[in-house]
Amino acid sequence: MALNLSAIVARHGGDPSRLVQILRDVMDAEGHVAPPVITALASTLGVSRGQVEGVVGFYSFLDSEPRGKYRVLFSDNITDELSGGHELRQRMLDAFRLELGEVSRDGLVSIGATSCTGLCDQGPAMLVNGRAIARLTPARIGAIASLIRGESPMDQWPDNLFVIDSHIERKDLLLSTPLSPGEAIDAAIARGAAATIDEIARSGLRGRGGAGFGTGQKWAACAAAHGGGPAERYVVCNADEGEPGTFKDRELFAHYTDLVLEGMTVAGFAVGAQKGLIYLRAEYPFLFAPLLAKLEERRRAGLLGRDVRGARGFDFDIELHIGAGAYVCGEESALIESLEGKRGIPRNRPPFPVTHGYKQQPTVVNNVETLAVAALIAKHGADFLRAVGTAKSSGTKVLSVSGDVARPGIYEYPFGVPVARVLEDAGARDTQAVQVGGPSGILLGANELGRRISFEDVPSAGAFMVFDTTRDMLAVVENFTRFFAHESCGFCTPCRVGTTLSAQMMKRLVAGKGSRRDMKDLAKVTQIMKASSHCGLGHTAGNPVIDALAKFRPSFDRKLRSLDVLPTFDLDEALAPAREATARDDAEAHFNEEES
Amino acid sequence: MTAKTFQMDGHDVPFEEGQSILAAALAAGSYVPYLCYHAEFKPHGSCKVCTVKVNGRTQASCTTPAREGDVVESNVDELNELRKNLVQFLFTEGNHFCPSCEASGGCALQAVGYELGMTTAHYSPLFPDRPVDASHPDVLLDFNRCILCELCVRASSLVDGKNVFSLSGRGITKHLIVNAESGKLADTTLSVEDKAMSVCPVGVILRKRRGFKAPIGERRYDAHSISEVAVAHPEDEAK
Ligand SMILES: Cc1cc2nc3c(=O)[nH]c(=O)nc-3n(C[C@H](O)[C@H](O)[C@H](O)COP(=O)(O)O)c2cc1C
Ligand code: SF4
Ligand code: SF4
Ligand code: FES
Repeated sequence: MALNLSAIVARHGGDPSRLVQILRDVMDAEGHVAPPVITALASTLGVSRGQVEGVVGFYSFLDSEPRGKYRVLFSDNITDELSGGHELRQRMLDAFRLELGEVSRDGLVSIGATSCTGLCDQGPAMLVNGRAIARLTPARIGAIASLIRGESPMDQWPDNLFVIDSHIERKDLLLSTPLSPGEAIDAAIARGAAATIDEIARSGLRGRGGAGFGTGQKWAACAAAHGGGPAERYVVCNADEGEPGTFKDRELFAHYTDLVLEGMTVAGFAVGAQKGLIYLRAEYPFLFAPLLAKLEERRRAGLLGRDVRGARGFDFDIELHIGAGAYVCGEESALIESLEGKRGIPRNRPPFPVTHGYKQQPTVVNNVETLAVAALIAKHGADFLRAVGTAKSSGTKVLSVSGDVARPGIYEYPFGVPVARVLEDAGARDTQAVQVGGPSGILLGANELGRRISFEDVPSAGAFMVFDTTRDMLAVVENFTRFFAHESCGFCTPCRVGTTLSAQMMKRLVAGKGSRRDMKDLAKVTQIMKASSHCGLGHTAGNPVIDALAKFRPSFDRKLRSLDVLPTFDLDEALAPAREATARDDAEAHFNEEES
Repeated sequence: MTAKTFQMDGHDVPFEEGQSILAAALAAGSYVPYLCYHAEFKPHGSCKVCTVKVNGRTQASCTTPAREGDVVESNVDELNELRKNLVQFLFTEGNHFCPSCEASGGCALQAVGYELGMTTAHYSPLFPDRPVDASHPDVLLDFNRCILCELCVRASSLVDGKNVFSLSGRGITKHLIVNAESGKLADTTLSVEDKAMSVCPVGVILRKRRGFKAPIGERRYDAHSISEVAVAHPEDEAK
């Protein structure tokens, strides 16, 4: 595999703002981005070497050191973990005699962990050289291990390994209203840009990506903004879907592609944008080719390109950007930084993206589902949405249901649906807790199942993870703290250090080595992150801990040692390297606390 | 016409349009603890030590523009406790052995720690592995003490036009790197006259053969606390 760097750079027009895309291509060609390649890229693109190295160092799926020829990454999401993911991972590690994160000595294989891969309805799941494999079983692990041993090229692996299932279990307004390509665009053009924004505003549509900001208000602000001169406006579709337990955007892009693209085009028309950008997470490689094909099809059909649908002067096209493994890039300003080829660090706000977004121009960033709903509103009018849902939450919500349920999958309900109803439909039994909206959302206990999914009560960006009474909620929370520590961008002190400290304390508590002081510190660290973090990641990183401390206190207390202060230094653990060096594991080589 | 003002801890603080709460407060002689702010550079707001409450909401004062009539709380127990914890986070995250550090007495991290009444790092230290870079003939880099304030990054890029320093990694593995394929400072264009040499608030970027030139007891924050120094020279603090 000779690396043709100039061909890759040329494919991206030598544009430094395409750096993340360029680095992804280098990874595909070579498996890593070697230091001399970083130097060469920096000089070709005319940016500092440190900048390129910094970008490589930021994203999980970019490496500056060689990984295995086969790079295996197991999804570390809690639902994958609870359905046996860790055991399967161990099985594979044992098969190759590797430790987690290690590369085999012959360079054949590396096995690591990655944050939720969005296949929670069909986990445990993994990525091999970026390709997703779901429904892992011991048999599948065995088959994959032998394919790797035989150094079989991945395009010759059996197709069935890569099949991604679809489980759309309940359809409501959004998923059951048909729309022919072009219908919504035509309706918007007929109505006019300003009236389209009014219609969206009147529908009460609020963002489905988490914050619940009024979509009409956002579009209006973007349309009115001027940037530094004659504004170039942008519409960005946020398909980063990194919140563990969320996979509804995956299904929307897989089965409602036209609807989403139509929504983007309507947004482009309404705000006066000429360009749309899709930021799609790297974990969904199975969506890339179909999506590119669909874009091409729409160009041919006059749904994208010059004078869209014959409207003179309405030029609009859509470009696909792929992420590189960073949850924080779902945060809209970090996403824009990433689109510009940089480290995904959230910006200082104000100014907001609607006035100073992509390339400092007015930019609308909307979630996939928001855009799909907007397309239907453009066609059917505001009342179509208002007729469904609650006073402050009009319309429906698409939930990604996973965990301890008989039928995991996609469920769409009118806002206001009680949590218990979802559980019943999905076939949940003996529910102990539900994590709504993912780790950054709300953890509900069994006595709260009457609460309703809505902006007024329990808002949700889409995740709905169910835990039955056999589960250790402390271990669940520990998994979440690990997730945040892994995904903190590291920009600000409270989140960078706080997420790591919480993960360490939770690990000690789960292992039964926690002290009361840990409990106090955990509450304090959480408070600090909430009060002083720079972005939503840090603000919400402590949510699962706060909720668990309030609602599952006995689980903590059971694990606590009675001591107030416990040494964080474990003598026996400290002897481990010595044991390894001397290949001993006998009783004499251990420090037994009971005796001391 | 009277100048625009906001209120901080019960006092009126005048400000110019566009000025941050922190800059206005320092200019008016009111100290707010801070670490990553420097009067000569655009603030980026990462350390969060300057956090205040603006009309009841916590915000970094260095990146929040002052507005007429804002009610700001700063020198209150709740916020000082928060700041102390953030400084403890920074001590926990790096390897700070003050007694053997050349910057001791002239270090903003240590001085802010004293100012906030911090006596220990409290949390279990993370003991990161951060090898020292002694490759450069005139300069030593001791990354153990880096608090990732990016002042050297900003100075090198904006003043020196060199981009000697950058950041890499993510989360707790975020770290300072130098602009060379070898990863060594000797292979960069850094020179001792660079602005980047003079902005580090802690003891990372050190001139060789200057060790302990200023005797302990006669260093920047030895005679006067950082709160006094900061408001006495708001323009050149953190140099
Ligand atoms: C850490 C973090 C991650 C986020 N991830 C996503 C995401 O994956 N998808 C998404 O649509 N919004 C995400 N958001 C919310 C976005 O910042 C933004 O509010 C949203 O894309 C706006 O679109 P909407 O108004 O249509 O919801 C995230 C926010 C934070 C703080
Ligand atoms: S809160 Fe976390 S993710 Fe957000 S800017 Fe700070 S370190 Fe980065
Ligand atoms: S070396 Fe000094 S100036 Fe540079 S980031 Fe670290 S602490 Fe800040
Ligand atoms: S001084 Fe304001 S965040 Fe560092």
